[in-house]
Amino acid sequence: MPVNAIEMAGVTFGYDRARPILRGIDMTVPRGKVVAIMGGSGCGKTTMLRLIGGQLRQQSGVVRVAGQSVCDLSRDELFALRRRIGMLFQFGALFTDMTVYENVAFPIREHTDLDDALIHDLVLMKLNAVGLRGAAQLEPNELSGGMARRVALARAIALDPMLVLYDEPFAGLDPISLGVVGQLIRKLNDALGITSVVVTHDVYESLKIVDYLYFVSEGRIIAQGTPEEVRHSSDPFVRQFVDGDPDGPVPFHYPARPYMDEPTVAAR
Amino acid sequence: MTSLASGVRRIGAGTLRAISRVGFATRFFLAVLRHTPSALRRLQLTAREIYFAGVLSLVVIMVSGLFVGMVLGLQGYDVLVKYGAGDSLGIFVGLSLVRELGPVVAGLLFASRAGSAVTAEIGLMKTTEQLSAMEMMAVDPLARIVAPRFWGGVISMPLLAALFSAMGVFGAYLVGVRLIGVDNGTFWGNMQAGIDFWPDVTNGIVKSIVFGMAVSLIAVFEGYDAHPTAEGVSAATTRTVVGGSLAILALDFVLTVFMFRGLGNG
Repeated sequence: MPVNAIEMAGVTFGYDRARPILRGIDMTVPRGKVVAIMGGSGCGKTTMLRLIGGQLRQQSGVVRVAGQSVCDLSRDELFALRRRIGMLFQFGALFTDMTVYENVAFPIREHTDLDDALIHDLVLMKLNAVGLRGAAQLEPNELSGGMARRVALARAIALDPMLVLYDEPFAGLDPISLGVVGQLIRKLNDALGITSVVVTHDVYESLKIVDYLYFVSEGRIIAQGTPEEVRHSSDPFVRQFVDGDPDGPVPFHYPARPYMDEPTVAAR
Repeated sequence: MTSLASGVRRIGAGTLRAISRVGFATRFFLAVLRHTPSALRRLQLTAREIYFAGVLSLVVIMVSGLFVGMVLGLQGYDVLVKYGAGDSLGIFVGLSLVRELGPVVAGLLFASRAGSAVTAEIGLMKTTEQLSAMEMMAVDPLARIVAPRFWGGVISMPLLAALFSAMGVFGAYLVGVRLIGVDNGTFWGNMQAGIDFWPDVTNGIVKSIVFGMAVSLIAVFEGYDAHPTAEGVSAATTRTVVGGSLAILALDFVLTVFMFRGLGNG
């Protein structure tokens, strides 16, 4: 069994040649750890998750998950790998035509031929782990944002994955739900012996629960470290991110021509 | 000069886009066919879609069929009686419905009632990342979502067209026999004598199957290909109804030419 759950080396990616999104990412995620990928909106964090899950294919470099190079896998091998990966989407991505129970049962039904009684027990165990056993018969549209995220988490761990990917698990949650989801990520990681990758821009919550952080900006990893190192970092980008300063290495202004060149100004 | 060049460039880009979309649609169709056996092995998935596409369309199809038949009865009798052919009302109504109006009007209603619903559903599943989530769970959305909806539509459409025709004949009977007073025996007897199972009824069935495939393919493709935003899904739904309806009318003409070209000589 390889030591690292995920290895990325020299990974570049762009939807078109003119706008590269990732420009050479090197990252390792050791097994059993909770690792955060942090960065501003649109910096390529979610793209990294899609490369790990094999939904996108990098232009150069290597992405290895559990020792296997993802883009060299055949379709069947990729699907076999995905069965061992759970993914939590930004807003849960629950199937809206199924109840909470059916949502969690979905991956189990699709990939095993267990009988209904056993599936029932498994689903209730997973829902109990996220504190929502009582919500089993609700429809997704009856759930709050935090509850939907927790149901999606129960679904992501339904097949006991070795790796769980979280895409913005904290986005749009109230402080209590945010704390609950954060604690769940940590607890499930340790209790089930999985590896977790959390893509987020929520620095406070991440510092509380993760083992290691990577900072991504403009398609590159520009800083990394343990939470302790990050708190005391003097790196200007990390400081701006942790302190939430509006201006700094990440400029407040979107690139623009000089003010005097704007047509309305020049006309005066 | 530059506007001319940019105009030409726009036409070229539009053409390339259209061609690549046709190519994508073809590959999509082949992929749906490839996933068909695995989808049909789980019949309850397709049965569920037959319920949504077929059973839930019953009211609109049957009511429309009834009214179209009643109007046909009135208008048909009005014209036929001028030529002393009021007795032929049964043949006239039966042939119009079975050959043309049944498949075509039921198809148009099917495109707007069921096709648009399928497009919107798949498009929204894409927008809310449900399709992506399914892929990450190692479940292929083409097999789990698209193929059952496609076959649900293909199976429902001929049944709906048949019901439309049956309701239409009943509507014409109500107006022609009950209201106007055409002889009951003549109405049914002429219809029975003048309409053959082969080619009239079978050609209607073939048409409705072809329309069902066209509309269902357009509906699932537009949903799957929708731009994942609110506007994208709304535009895709519109394209399903417009494209599906035009496809039905165009295919109807082509099929009619091939099916009934021998009639003039016979």
